[in-house]
Amino acid sequence: MEGNKPQLIIDGKRTDGRGFDELRPIKIEANILKNANGSAYIEWGNNKILAAVYGPKEALPKHTADPTMAIIKSRYTMAPFSSLEEHGRSGPNRRATEISKVTSEVFENIIMREMFPGTEIDIFIEVLQSDGGTRAAGITVASVALAAAGIPMYDLPYAVSAGKIGDQMVLDLNKIEDNYSDADIPMAISPRNGDILLLQMDGSITKEDFSTAYSMVKKAGATISKIQKDALKAPYEKIIEKYR
Amino acid sequence: MGYIDIVKNEYIKEILHKGIRDDGRKFMQYRSIQASVGTIPNAEGSAEVDIGNTKVLAGIKIDVDTPMPDKPEEGNLIVSAELLPLASPDYDIGPPSPAAIELARVVDRGIRAANILDTQSLFIEKDKVWSVFIDIYVLNYDGNLFDASTLSAVAALLHTRQPKYEEEKVIREGTLPKLKTNGMVTSCTFGKINGNILLDPDGSEESIMDTRLTIANDENNNIKAMQKGLHGTFSIKEVESMIDTTFEKSKDLRSVLSSLEN
Repeated sequence: MEGNKPQLIIDGKRTDGRGFDELRPIKIEANILKNANGSAYIEWGNNKILAAVYGPKEALPKHTADPTMAIIKSRYTMAPFSSLEEHGRSGPNRRATEISKVTSEVFENIIMREMFPGTEIDIFIEVLQSDGGTRAAGITVASVALAAAGIPMYDLPYAVSAGKIGDQMVLDLNKIEDNYSDADIPMAISPRNGDILLLQMDGSITKEDFSTAYSMVKKAGATISKIQKDALKAPYEKIIEKYR
Repeated sequence: MGYIDIVKNEYIKEILHKGIRDDGRKFMQYRSIQASVGTIPNAEGSAEVDIGNTKVLAGIKIDVDTPMPDKPEEGNLIVSAELLPLASPDYDIGPPSPAAIELARVVDRGIRAANILDTQSLFIEKDKVWSVFIDIYVLNYDGNLFDASTLSAVAALLHTRQPKYEEEKVIREGTLPKLKTNGMVTSCTFGKINGNILLDPDGSEESIMDTRLTIANDENNNIKAMQKGLHGTFSIKEVESMIDTTFEKSKDLRSVLSSLEN
């Protein structure tokens, strides 16, 4: 694999022309599915992901219910046609099961769960097209879907991954970079205090690399948070426009 | 959770504020670690690791297999974990839980990222490679399965025999060479309870902790894998300090690994 590794950085630019700390273009649209209590769609580079929120509703099966607070059930899945490679299997595989678990844990921290004892809040994340960084984009869009559903939250978290290409730390790896990078570090952050809600990593980095990764993710947060908030405001701005 | 557990949990939280752990350990101290290899002679490799009352057995089998389509000249590494019902009253029978899948995948990432297995040496001939199956069996649960599982998997890998493939047959007995490996990886797991960060949380500490972080590193202090778990958060300062502790404490884990003999 080392032999045919493509050159990922040429003249200080990445394969898609981005700088090292530059995000791919991100577009989010809120409330696009009628049946869900809240929903959102994100295009993050070539990633296309839908998120829908159902609940709070009675937790089923009943033994899963917590009498003191709502339980969060996230389900991250990739459509069988979503990648450039062969036809995938539908439903969650082991990777998707792990991502669903860590995604639930992000929102367990952020949702005011004690307001809804005995209930469950379902978060469905469907990756329709994938191009690297889908778990981060999934968390970012699920945040918007939860807010659109009117679920009370302490914050509007975002996620993005940092990585290492050769000796260079970079932000927001795409699929090719992810395949051949030396490290991938997805993080989810609570913007109000910068606390880390999700942290995974594999590859090889030093302690200093990790600190650089965190500052890159933190800096990108300003851009991502603004896109999230604009998406939530947009439907209301249309209404205001109509009655002006 | 019974009433005694509730009282005990409150007690653990209370004494943590005075800087005391229930079993008398310092915050950044492991329980005693015992490891042995070759416990299952029928398996190509095996290791049993005890961290306090947590007991994990890793067994390794090596079979002839077809390569992955994207890596036709490399062997495969497949890591699974079983939280056996005999290991805890809280474990149920049934398909692997998300917790078991997460455990296996975190151990897998550490071993893969550290290139412990030379997957290219597992190539036999066109469309035939060796698959290395690491099965992690949790035999008794008392917290910190991540470190015990990584330790047992790596211990087993370092003492695994490589079967031969001759005339379409797999030879698993007789004098066999060791499986080719490079270096070591170990992990350190931390739990956070009410703002107190503890190394190597035991079962009762895990039942009340808010956040978990596992950091895997190699002998050159490169970080190879990280995994945060549970609903709580960490600040960047906390993570940086846990990285330092990991670099320090992993020396002891590596000396456990290098002292093992078949």
